[in-house]
Order: sequence, then structure tokens, then C-alpha cells
Amino acid sequence: MALLTVSGSPHVQSNQTTKKIMWTVIIALLPALLVSIYYFGFDALVVTLASVVFCVGFEWLIQKYILKTKTTISDGSAIITGVLLAFNLPSNVPLWIVGIGALVAIGVAKMSYGGLGKNPFNPALVGRVFLFISFPSKVAMSDWPIPKPMFGSSITDALSGPTPLLALKNGEAVNLWNMFIGATGGSLGEVSAIALIIGGLIMLFRKVITWHIPVSYLTTAGVFALILWLVDPSEFIHPTYQLLAGGMLLGAIFMATDMVTSPITYKGQLIFGFGCGVLTIVFRSFGPMPEGVSFAILIMNAVTPLIDKISSPKRFGY
Amino acid sequence: MKTFKKGGVHPQENKLTNDSTIEVFPLPKQAVVFVSQHLGAPSTLVVQKGDKVKAGQLIAKAEQFICANTHSPYSGTITKIDFATDFTGYKKQALYIDVDGDEWLEGIDTSTEIIREIKLDSNQIIDKIKEMGVVGLGGAAFPTHIKYMLPQGKKADYLIINAVECEPYLTSDYRLMKEKAEECLIGIEILKKALNVEKALVGVESNKPEAIKNLTNLAKNYKGIEIVPLKTKYPQGAEKQLIYALTKREVPSGKLPIEVGCVVNNIGTTQAVYYAVQKNMPLVQNILTLTGKNVKERKNLLVRVGTPIQSVIDYCGGLPQDTGKVISGGPMMGKAISDLSAPTVKTTSALLLMSEKESLRKEETNCLRCGKCITVCPMGLEPIKIAQLAENRLWEDTEKTYAMDCIECGSCLYTCPAGRPLLDLIRVSKNHIGDLRRQRAQK
Ligand code: SF4
Ligand code: SF4
Repeated sequence: MALLTVSGSPHVQSNQTTKKIMWTVIIALLPALLVSIYYFGFDALVVTLASVVFCVGFEWLIQKYILKTKTTISDGSAIITGVLLAFNLPSNVPLWIVGIGALVAIGVAKMSYGGLGKNPFNPALVGRVFLFISFPSKVAMSDWPIPKPMFGSSITDALSGPTPLLALKNGEAVNLWNMFIGATGGSLGEVSAIALIIGGLIMLFRKVITWHIPVSYLTTAGVFALILWLVDPSEFIHPTYQLLAGGMLLGAIFMATDMVTSPITYKGQLIFGFGCGVLTIVFRSFGPMPEGVSFAILIMNAVTPLIDKISSPKRFGY
Repeated sequence: MKTFKKGGVHPQENKLTNDSTIEVFPLPKQAVVFVSQHLGAPSTLVVQKGDKVKAGQLIAKAEQFICANTHSPYSGTITKIDFATDFTGYKKQALYIDVDGDEWLEGIDTSTEIIREIKLDSNQIIDKIKEMGVVGLGGAAFPTHIKYMLPQGKKADYLIINAVECEPYLTSDYRLMKEKAEECLIGIEILKKALNVEKALVGVESNKPEAIKNLTNLAKNYKGIEIVPLKTKYPQGAEKQLIYALTKREVPSGKLPIEVGCVVNNIGTTQAVYYAVQKNMPLVQNILTLTGKNVKERKNLLVRVGTPIQSVIDYCGGLPQDTGKVISGGPMMGKAISDLSAPTVKTTSALLLMSEKESLRKEETNCLRCGKCITVCPMGLEPIKIAQLAENRLWEDTEKTYAMDCIECGSCLYTCPAGRPLLDLIRVSKNHIGDLRRQRAQK
């Protein structure tokens, strides 16, 4: 008699897998990567590749020699962390700093909790904030490399300049169109709004993310910034600049939507996005630094378990 | 288009046998008929070893409230009364019958003539349904007559007929609606009369346009039968979901459909009712889809209850070489069969043969907290929360997370990209909660 498998229903499963989700995110990151290479040149590629190699390498080493478990690097999540970490760094960052960031991201923020799915904080953000605090002169300079397009003429002759946010804080003028396409100073991945939005749409259509977090994040931030600006246009930055500058889109589309570290229900995700939006603008407008996205998202990561508790869906039949 | 309130998935439909007309399966030489084939108290045997029986003759009697009669599907001799293995591997009391010809008990009309006039009144209908051993053919095998004996103070507004067939692969209801629609409609008339309601709502998924057309045309001759196309989405045919889709009424947790004025039966059951009431024929046969991607001859068959599953498979070209799993029912809610020598029962609506590759589950990873299991749950539960509590053996907490409301539709496990065994863990939780509740009741 044939030997038959006996298992509980259902006997079919969707073709969605962890791997497919992660690789879709990687594909969605490509437009922004291409733009950063276009503007920052070879440096951008080197930093990104180094970051990916460090992240994947550390994950492999830790699983193989410390945890002695099956390696999961093929799921692609370490690659995402690598790209996102690089996106948060300037193109002229020394590679050994990238290595430290990757070690903190993968070793501390991810593997020590049990790997993909169990980490409470977004690993790339933890890596970034660690570098930001430890090596402020290397990764949190006031002057960032100015993009030099591969083709056509450079926007200015200078090699470095302030990020739009800092310039705005200092009352200087910034070209909005340049911000939209990515021709401004900044870290690798945060400079081109259009490339980030394309990536977001890819994830949206592949059902890797839903609209809830990006929309509630950006709307909250926009409305809050608008209110401040209406109160005092000389003190506060115009909402359009707020939305396009300083990693707001990178954060709202790629970091805050990290499914592992954000709330699990739609209701919770709306609350999460709202919190991120408020905190980002508060940090930017009243804090000492022009940046606020990383801290805002990490704080909301920390309250995610609480949000999950209060945002259960409505049960059927009650 | 109407549909249920929340959640749901779209598994591949794979209705490979849509165009196969119902074929009568030849009588087996030996058959094994379980004494009890319903949900509820066991029936009492009324025949003995060595007895000669005719097709349609009573072999086990319902003597308790939730119980159903069982009849012999064959004429022949009872050679043995013993325990036999059912398709899930349980041993149950059964009659072994050597089949000899096909002689039916007097008074049973085996002709194909359609009898439209309903002579019996409401109570007589319910008695007849009981006498003929009709049980729900949607899968649960609940004795049908009990649903029509309404509890004190309850009134029905609607008779709801489940003709959704939302499970992938299954086509027996579809063929029934194409080939025997009139018998079903008369059955619905009978049930309306038994229930004393003006209106019957028949829910059919929109992926069966020909069934909808056929039924709608014929239903013009009957008052108060409305055919309602529903969105193609699983689990449209789950009882509470179907009631919501058709009436916007939400059956409260732990309560029966009658709480919101509805009684639900499957379309297959309406045909069984027609035969019982109009033709005096007990429920001894049913339509069965034999299907699977590698099956040589996929068919819809009219099979007598008690036919060995193996012989049905042999009739359709035999068990394909690389078969890994055989399922009784559909791929979402069906049960895996452990023993192919087991016989069919009243509710065997499909045999699905899956290859070894199809039988494997996807690779498991940690939960990604993607939330998809929550989004698809039609009951508004959080499957991942229940599953995590179950992994930590916190059964009391699983009760607080509403595990008992799970209808075991499988949408969560189907969907999970991380391949978490969500429903398996929820089932375990439900068993433990059941134990806890019994312990509490004893105190
Ligand atoms: S928890 Fe139960 S009801 Fe909800 S999707 Fe899973 S099996 Fe279906
Ligand atoms: S669908 Fe699977 S991976 Fe997603 S939250 Fe539910 S259990 Fe976790």
C-alpha cells in the first residue's frame, strides 16, 4: 500500500514566502541605489557593497560559529539591512565605520534577539544611530558630499555642502526640484524622492507593504509641519521641504514599514505612522539636530508591542 | 457583489472536473457500511449477521435526540458485523455486505420522473426527513431534521441554501446544479414548507455562471426562491460568513444560525430531501468528485455509500505513482485519508489525489509579523497570537484570544509566508480549552 501523508488542513498554501518578500524589498531598493550611484559615483557603490558584504558576512559567521544554527542568509534580509544601512551614510564614509555599523546592526540588533522576525528594532536604524552617536564627525557632518552627476554638469563646484535641512535651518535657500530628483547633499539613499516613491509603489503592488504606515506617517508629519509653519514661517521649515528632505521618505517608505518592527494590524499601523510623524517633526523643529527620522522610528519600534495590545481587529460575532 | 464581512483568500480554483457529467458508479461486490454516519449519538443496529437486506432498508435506528437513521445502500447479505477503519483511521462499527443484484425495498420510487406536488405538511416533512436518514452534506453530517425543529420562542425568517462550493477542485454541487437543478429546487420548496418561511436565499459563487443561470431560470416557477450570486472568495461557504453575505446578519459567537432567524442547508442536502420526501428514498448515495492534477480520468460520480475508496480510485485510472496524499473533501478543509481500503460515507463529496510534491508544506521561518494571517481571518482573530500562546502552552490565554471562535477555515495557514503551522496550533489550543471547560464544569 502506498505510504500517504496525513496532516491537518489546509492542504494547499499560497506561493508567498519569506524569501520572496525580502527579495521584493531588495528590488524596490534598486531605483534609489541607481540614483545614488548616478550622483555620488563609484563611492556610493563601494559603500553599499561593503555594507551588504559586512551584513551578510556577519550574519553567516554568527549563525555558523556562535549560534551554530542553520544559516538563513539566503532569505535576503541581511542584504536589505546592508543596503538600508548604507543608504543612511554619506558616500565618503570610511569603510571600517561601515563595518562597525553592520556588526551592531546584525550582531546586536538582529541575531542577539533570535534573527529575522524576532528583533524589536529595525537593525539598520540601530546601526545608523550607533554610528551617529559614536562617530559624529564621520557620519553626522554638517557638510555632506554634494552629488556630482555622471553625465552633464555638476550643480555646484563645491565638493561638499550642507544638507537641505541644515541649510534651511540656517535660513538658506534650497532648490525643490533638485530635492525631488536627488541632486542635493545627503546620505546615499535619502536624496531622491522620486526613486524612493517608485520603490514604495513596487512594494505596494507586490503586497509587501500596505499604504497605512507611509500615508499616516507622511500625512501626520505634513499637517504638523504645516501648522508650525503657519504659526511662524520664519522659525519653522515649510512642510514641502520637511517631507522631501532628510530621509523622511526613506524612513516612511522603507524603515517604518519594516513588518518585523511595526504593528501587526492596520489599526496599529495607523497609530504607529501617526507617532512617527509627530516625533519626527518635534525632533526636527525643537531638537538640537536637524535630523529626526531615525529616533522617531526607533521610539515607535519600542512601543509597538503596546500598540499591538490595543489594536486588535473587531471580532466577528461580538 | 455580495460577500462576507472581512478576510478571505483566493486559492487557485482548479475546478478540473467542471465539464464531466455525473456518471453512475457500478455497484461494488463487497461493501462496508458504517452503522453511524452522522454527528451525534450513535444509532442502534436493527439487523443481524446473516440477514438478507434490500437497498433502502433500515439497518440502524435513531433512538436518541441528535441521531440519524442509517439504511442499506445495497441488496445482499450481511456477512459480518465488526469494527472497520474509517478514512481517518478510527475504528467504527460497520456492516460488511456481499452485494447481490440491486433490489430496492417496496415503496421506494427509483424512476427519474420528477414529482413536483408536495403532499406532506410541515411536521410530516420533518418526520420523513428523519425517517430517511438525511444528514447535512456540506461536510458536518448533522442530522437535518433537527434544524427544522426550532427551539421554543425562535422563529425563522430565511431558509439559506449553501450552493457556494468555495473549496478548490470540488465540482459535485456544480454538476448537481447543472444536471439536477429542478430536484434541488423542489427540495428547497419542501424545506421552506417545513420551516414555514416565505423566502429561501440560495448563495452561489460567481465563478459558476452556468449554475446561476440554470437555477435562476428554473426558480421563476417557484415563489420566494432567490438565487444570489456571491463574490468568489474563500470561505464564502462557511456558515456564518454565508449568512452575513446574504442577510448582513452576524451570528453571535457560540450561537446557532437560528439566533438571527436563519436555517442553513447545503444544496446537496436539498436533493437528498427531495428524494426522501417525494420518492421515499433514504440517503444511500451521493455525488463524489474524484480529482487531482495527476489523475488519469477525473470524474464526477454517483456513488453508493459504503463503496471502498480504493475501488473508486481504480475506476478512475488507479492511484498515480507519485501520490503523496489523498484527501476526503477539498484542499482547504478536507481530511487526509490514512487508509484507502476505508469505505465512503454519506458526506464523502470528493477524493482529491495530491502528488508528493504538492503534499509538502512550504519551508518554515520565524514569523515575520507581516499581519497577513490577521488580515485574512474571516472571524477577526489574530491567529499568530493564538499560535504563539499555544507554543508556550498558555492554554488559558489562548481562550482569552478567542481561539474557540476559529472556524478552522485554514485561511491563515494558507496565507502565511513564513509557513507557520497556525491552524495546527489553534486546533491543539481548542482541544485544551475544551478540557479546561469540562474541568470547570465539573467543579
Ligand atoms: S484563525 Fe481560524 S478562522 Fe481565522 S483564518 Fe485561521 S483557521 Fe480561519
Ligand atoms: S502570516 Fe505568518 S508571518 Fe505573517 S504575521 Fe501571521 S504568522 Fe507571522
